[in-house]
Amino acid sequence: MNYKIENIKQIIVTKPLKLDCGQIIKDFPIAYETYGKLNEKNNNAILIFHALSGDQFVAGINPVTNKDGWWNTAVGPGKAVDTEKYFIICANVLGGCMGSFGPKNLNVADGEPYGLKFPVITIRDMIKAQESLLEHFKIKKLLSVLGGSMGGMQLLQFCALYPDKTFSAVPIASTASHNAQQIALNELARQAIMSDPLWNKGNYYKNNTIPKNGLAVARMAAHITYMSDKGLQERFGRKLQEKKSYEFTFDADFQIESYLRHQGNVFVDRFDANSYLYISRAMDYFDLSKQFKNGLVGAFQDHKTRFLIISFSSDWLYPTKNSKDIVIALNASGTNVAFAEIKTDKGHDSFLVNEPEFLETLKGFLDSNFEIFKNEK
Amino acid sequence: MKNEFKIITNLLPAQSRVLDVGCGDGTLIEALIKQRNIDARGIELEENKVKQCISKGLSVIQGNAETELSQFPDKAFDFVVLSQTLQAFYQPENVLNELLRIGKKVIISIPNFGYWQVRTSLLFFGKMPVTKSLPDSWFNTPNLHMCSIKDFYQFCEKKKIKMNRIIGINNEKISSINRINLEMKNLLSEVGIFLIS
Repeated sequence: MNYKIENIKQIIVTKPLKLDCGQIIKDFPIAYETYGKLNEKNNNAILIFHALSGDQFVAGINPVTNKDGWWNTAVGPGKAVDTEKYFIICANVLGGCMGSFGPKNLNVADGEPYGLKFPVITIRDMIKAQESLLEHFKIKKLLSVLGGSMGGMQLLQFCALYPDKTFSAVPIASTASHNAQQIALNELARQAIMSDPLWNKGNYYKNNTIPKNGLAVARMAAHITYMSDKGLQERFGRKLQEKKSYEFTFDADFQIESYLRHQGNVFVDRFDANSYLYISRAMDYFDLSKQFKNGLVGAFQDHKTRFLIISFSSDWLYPTKNSKDIVIALNASGTNVAFAEIKTDKGHDSFLVNEPEFLETLKGFLDSNFEIFKNEK
Repeated sequence: MKNEFKIITNLLPAQSRVLDVGCGDGTLIEALIKQRNIDARGIELEENKVKQCISKGLSVIQGNAETELSQFPDKAFDFVVLSQTLQAFYQPENVLNELLRIGKKVIISIPNFGYWQVRTSLLFFGKMPVTKSLPDSWFNTPNLHMCSIKDFYQFCEKKKIKMNRIIGINNEKISSINRINLEMKNLLSEVGIFLIS
């Protein structure tokens, strides 16, 4: 988690922002990254929202981790979201740990990292905090907003708050309201972190005693929810990890155990445990239907935004039912909506891996909508 | 574009709101948007066809019209179009009621089982008919509830559904159908188009 600040672009949001919890924050940093070039007419910009464990480094090589950007399968030159054609912006969310204002930032009041003194934030707060980026780039109207999972929640919130700021929108494997199972799984992750003694009520920055075990277990549990039963079975089955028979210990005998441990271990090097608590909490508080008189239908009433909703048949974390609820609300409000359920065994993670049906659908939608947007007066 | 779609396109007023149920690859929707500036949407069951529609920039949702029309509010559309699909539903009457609920008017086309070629196939050869508008064999046809123009006409009368206009298609020829010429048109039309409300 020791990144070089020179690799991170930031804007400082000077406008005071009243958070849903009541606190007001101002002069805080929002980190971002861009790909491609903004054209002369400023009509080729796409804002991408990242998921729980993501960051602003969507494509190419992430300069902090030296690994591929999290959406390298979809974003890049000649890819579904073509960076030779479109200008891509992605911000690190408020509460994040990749340069945006979050719990590991120093509190001016006492010179200590915020830890749990950081205000509890919501998806709406995240969106309000990012909005200044559009001003920064002088973009009146985006071509599109894209986001999977929590990125999709941010996207829906963005569209509900700023209906005139994007021409189209693609929420992927997402929901308009976190349900009991989704909250339960987040709570499991949080309890794993908080029950690590090194977590120390969020005060671990000073001595650099990161609650690695807790955060790794949280990540392992989450990782299971990102894959499907069939996907797991086909990839790992009962295969043993570099051994011919059981060792009759609690070491990682099975490949799946070894895989999960690896996923947990690499995660703690790039992600802050407190950020995980705050961001997962924001997801749990998300219920767009409660923000409007007429429920979810009211969130999109009279909107001109053109939506494409995408779900994956084997996603049990944010199942098709969640996406269909959004489609139904959009239909009821008369909004332009397309919907596709992609048949795949790759589970919730389908949007992050190479899934040709999904990528072709996304590309077709963006390219055709760019043509319509260009010709709009 | 096939003759039937040209006729349907001409029946629809510019700038109206239209839903094409079972829209396939979106040929009709695209024509309605481009030629008549109609706000046309679609619903389609097959994933691959939905993908084609989305790539054309069309607002098409993947779904089963048999069970998923309930998501649309009453009178959400000026017109709902159902092209040669009614006979493929398990419960065509329920679907028809849903179409009439969500659309102010409904355009339905049916492959006519009263067409002379269909009749002669059964009469002279004793075989289930295979024609241009009924291209499948008995064992692989999606059609569960075939009817003739006369059947559908009488059904509408019985259910007190108003028939605003009926058009018969025979190859390139189109003609108006009414109570007086019903028997003859039922014999000579390959496809019937009903504008009902």
